[in-house]
Amino acid sequence: MAHRAPEPIAAAARRVAARKRFDAKNYRVYVGVVFILLWGLAPFYWMVVTAFRDPDYTFSTVPWPTHLTLENFQNALSTSSGNDFTQALINSMIIGGVTTAVALTIGIFTAYALARIAFRGKYVVVGIVLGASMFPVVALVTPLFQFFTNIGWIGSYQAMIIPNISFVLPLTIYTLTSFFSDLPWELEEAARIDGASRAQAFRLVMLPLAAPALFTTAILAFIATVNEYLLASQLSSDATEPVTVAIARFSGNDPHVVPYAAIMAAGTIVTVPLVIMVLLFQRRIVSGLTAGGVKS
Amino acid sequence: MAVPTGAPTGTPGGPPARSAAGDSFPGRGPRDDGSGEHGSRNDLARRRHVGPSSRRAWFLVGPTLVVLAIVIGYPIVRAVVMSLQKDPGLDPETGMFVEGGWAGFSNYTHWLLQQCPSPTGAMIACPPGTLGSQFWSAVGITLFFTVVTVTLEVGIGLWMAIIMGSSFTGRALLRAAVLIPWAIPTAVTAKLWYFIFAYDGIANTLFGTHILWTSDPWPARVAVVIADVWKTTPFMALLILAGLQMIPNDVYEAAKVDGAGAWQRFTQITLPLVKPALMVAILFRTMDALRMYDLPAILTGGNPATTTVSILVVEQVRQGFNSASALSTTTFLLIFAVAFVLVKFLGANAVRTQEVQRQGAK
Repeated sequence: MAHRAPEPIAAAARRVAARKRFDAKNYRVYVGVVFILLWGLAPFYWMVVTAFRDPDYTFSTVPWPTHLTLENFQNALSTSSGNDFTQALINSMIIGGVTTAVALTIGIFTAYALARIAFRGKYVVVGIVLGASMFPVVALVTPLFQFFTNIGWIGSYQAMIIPNISFVLPLTIYTLTSFFSDLPWELEEAARIDGASRAQAFRLVMLPLAAPALFTTAILAFIATVNEYLLASQLSSDATEPVTVAIARFSGNDPHVVPYAAIMAAGTIVTVPLVIMVLLFQRRIVSGLTAGGVKS
Repeated sequence: MAVPTGAPTGTPGGPPARSAAGDSFPGRGPRDDGSGEHGSRNDLARRRHVGPSSRRAWFLVGPTLVVLAIVIGYPIVRAVVMSLQKDPGLDPETGMFVEGGWAGFSNYTHWLLQQCPSPTGAMIACPPGTLGSQFWSAVGITLFFTVVTVTLEVGIGLWMAIIMGSSFTGRALLRAAVLIPWAIPTAVTAKLWYFIFAYDGIANTLFGTHILWTSDPWPARVAVVIADVWKTTPFMALLILAGLQMIPNDVYEAAKVDGAGAWQRFTQITLPLVKPALMVAILFRTMDALRMYDLPAILTGGNPATTTVSILVVEQVRQGFNSASALSTTTFLLIFAVAFVLVKFLGANAVRTQEVQRQGAK
């Protein structure tokens, strides 16, 4: 007890010192904070402002919203110029959803083994998963393109979903392993002593506790899948292309005029749901990102 | 998917979450249970406290290894086999269409020595403008992008992390702002910067310049670097911030008492202690940068000045599978070599760092 006594005094002294430094140090921090906010928000803000601005004023430099219109969104979703952005959104949901569900289902078992069991060859598995996460996608394009051409899969959903599963599996496993390591596994042991089988103990006791971790991992996997462009650009057809491919080759009525405003509207449609998701779950996402990144 | 619906109510022991999470892999649990404990139930019961057996672990890891073997292992082997075959085409000697056949390493020498068959059948230097003449320039551009973007991202990311770590007001707001560039898909990012860097766009207006950002060689490269740094630095900052927060505050207090200045505290405490996390982040970012494709491909629309090796492979795919396989295998070996050098010389041993930190975190 006695050694705790100086604590408030030290804290008070620190506060006084902090107040003295307030101006110089905080000034620099505030400038930094404003800079980071501008960094993250300004380009995104400009995209949204342009999306809602009359296309005749696309290159206006007025920093606040002017000439408000929904015309760009109509153009972005219209199918008259050979675009089908609504279908692309559905395709991305299908590809992202199925990939995430399958990768999570497979990943749970591996993550459980890596987090809970000390077994021979564990480092080999960790190494393989790590190697796969750094693997250059481009090395797969040629064989997969040829293989899928041979079996008539080009333009099918599975041609994109199956490779995507292997790309997000390492991320899923790392994030889940890291989360699993922090769970109170004594509860599982307790359930086992009460007569539950190992699978029951995991499913009924541990999985509910891990639900937030699973949810975070699902968000990360979904965002990673929706982000994929290289393989989709080679393996999809007009009917199955995801939003990344659709936005990359978005065309207007006049081939000589880039439909900037409609593209910004399309970008806004894709981005705003993702941004809302990120804002709602930012704390979880950051813990998931750093769990998979720093600890891996 | 059942998992997201279960998660918001997923506080410990919540019944809705329990059923939702349980539904997310129907049938899996029981089947898993049966095969894992068939032969060794008594054995397991006796040494329950030791934990499940090694065989069980491999059983759990199996599906992952199978998926990775099918989608990554098999195509790699196939690519190597294909790269040693000739692409079907006209035989320069007979003028007949031939179906390919054994090529030896000629596909590799085609890229590495930039040699193409001439109409007479002799090997000559690939004419400018063909893909064959672009290999080494693509390698150079890829390495340029990698070194420049990773350096900038580490530098700015470190600074951002320190700012985010020392600001207590609006931390959530900062975190949200920093996550936005990360959340936007790269293809959308590319189009967004394509608009910003348009001739009449906001970049030229702000700087009062008239630069053709996406078609002139150096402005195009700068544009790609700016867009990539914008998108990825926040991610870097978050990783570094997590590393910074592991450093106990006492260490700084002690150094202050000993009279260390702010710069000394940064170089003597922050940098060495954040180094393991930083090295892992650098390794991952370098691997990412070496395979860069989306940004240059979309932002500059096939400008040869920003053709990375990945873009070169994709352009070659439709002109001959076997030659493309040789190129992608070369790319793979190149990236593997860089990873090897990084791990060896920078000590960025990700596996070990992970284990050490996991044990430390426990």
